Amino acid sequence: MAITMTKGQAGLTGNSAIAYAMKQINPDVCPAYPITPSTAVIEEFASYVADGAVTTELITVESEHSAMSACIGAAAAGARVMTATSSQGLALMWEMLYIASGMRLPIILTDVNRALSAPINIHCDHSDSMGARDSGWIQLYSETVQEAYDNLIQAVRIAEDETVQLPVMVCLDGFITSHAIENITLLSDEEVQGFVGEYNAKTTLLDIDHPVTMGAMSLPENYIDFKFQQSEAIARSKDTVLKVAEDFEKRFGRKYGLFEGYRLEDAEIAIVILNSAAGTTKVAVDELRKKGLKAGLLRPRLFRPFPFKELAEALKDKKAIAVLDRADSMNGFGGPVFNELRSALYDVPKRPKVVSRIYGLGGRDYKVKDAIAVFEELKTIAETGMVDTLQKYITI
Amino acid sequence: MENYIEVRWHGRAQQGVVTAAKVLGEACLHSGKFVQAFPEFGPERMGAPVRAFNRISDEPIRLHCQVTDPRYVLIADPTLIGTVDVTAGTPEDAVFIVNTPKPATEMRAVLGIKSKTVKVFTLDAGKISFETIGRVMPNTPMLGALAKATGFITLDALVDNFKENYSKKFAPKVIEGNVAAMNRGFNEVKGE
Repeated sequence: MAITMTKGQAGLTGNSAIAYAMKQINPDVCPAYPITPSTAVIEEFASYVADGAVTTELITVESEHSAMSACIGAAAAGARVMTATSSQGLALMWEMLYIASGMRLPIILTDVNRALSAPINIHCDHSDSMGARDSGWIQLYSETVQEAYDNLIQAVRIAEDETVQLPVMVCLDGFITSHAIENITLLSDEEVQGFVGEYNAKTTLLDIDHPVTMGAMSLPENYIDFKFQQSEAIARSKDTVLKVAEDFEKRFGRKYGLFEGYRLEDAEIAIVILNSAAGTTKVAVDELRKKGLKAGLLRPRLFRPFPFKELAEALKDKKAIAVLDRADSMNGFGGPVFNELRSALYDVPKRPKVVSRIYGLGGRDYKVKDAIAVFEELKTIAETGMVDTLQKYITI
Repeated sequence: MENYIEVRWHGRAQQGVVTAAKVLGEACLHSGKFVQAFPEFGPERMGAPVRAFNRISDEPIRLHCQVTDPRYVLIADPTLIGTVDVTAGTPEDAVFIVNTPKPATEMRAVLGIKSKTVKVFTLDAGKISFETIGRVMPNTPMLGALAKATGFITLDALVDNFKENYSKKFAPKVIEGNVAAMNRGFNEVKGE
């Protein structure tokens, strides 16, 4: 794909930006089994491999289960490993996702968010990555093409940090971000290489002078201790995410945190929403602010580990909050982000009213008017202190 | 609301409207604008109706929803009219550009446009592309026509961007053919 440069900006789709970041990172191994809408990531990265632009070993496997298995093998051997998938592909990786995190392997996976079957659908929602939320992977979400690119580069440092040593999933919206050309400021190859540095795994299966066993049988006498350490590591990774973001900002000037607040500080009502739909919501916030309504937005960037303290702190003074999930936790208590965010707010002195709205499943369009309708509801909740409908589907 | 230029492309799979939206987006970006160019994908089969969209702005673009009320509509295949609602959501000052040998007056009637503030332009983009590129690729002459009919992008910007970005990908003959197609699209589009 042609990279158009003007005034330091290029026009790239989300998939092209991810493939380009992978080229600049030049991982040792990339096992892959392409699937819509993430196909172009691997397609374009395969071109870089074929052109000799990278030294990566691209392994074309026969399924996503094998792709993740090969990632695990290569990472255990000490390689820097990346792959990409979507939807059913991520679902087929399921059992291997837990093995990747349990073995503490810093694998980087781009998940181009797509709905799960049935009925079959190729468009965006977050049910794939939300289904993997308990798999022990760090999850970063991206609003724009620029953020997806920046997140992928930061993910390498987060995963490989010696206090973390865990796999990272970078999520961006299928089609909406993956197939849309947007302005993006690219870093130079040297800048990316300088930022990610060289990877030297501390323990590897190929270091025969220091033999180790990985993923061995672990019975009641120590399994829970492994899990405790893993849980501590992913909790610690929150600080690493911030540390890496700080260095990224210092070098390249773009600031990232655990979440983004938009006109949030003095807001009385707020929408919490992930990825590309946050942009559309910001437009709604501006429209309502013009009319004097104190609306705001919070967009989580880090979902795993869930930064519950920071989110509660940012939202504790709001009167009413709607958490918009692009995935349903079928018959659970609202969508996944809602469920955890509402729980995070349980301990604040004056609990805001929090409602769950499921939107945009399978690529259903989420418009400014949809966001405005939610804000109108929140306004009523804030005024009356009464919640009429705690959870419901919108955009239907 | 946000002050964007919004464009909708109608065509059939393989007619290049997705590429046209991409090339337009790149050319606008080249001119210092913020852009979006995105397709709407459905079941993939030759000849299926396809839509592609552009947003162009002086400010960063935050909207990530579909384009529902575009001012500019380009129709690469006139047989879509009547099958697909090509006028859906268009405003009173809309501009339509249709690939057809028929005159604009006739197409206005075919499109069912009564409002005098709506402009309709036509060009035989299929014929132009056949004569310049060597095959029917209506998207390229339509880009030239868009520059003439709207003025939000110049012909020079389109041509410069195309030469710069695609010279590595395509043989010089292909580049020349496409540039000639843009020029002829610019010169031959007629409307009211």
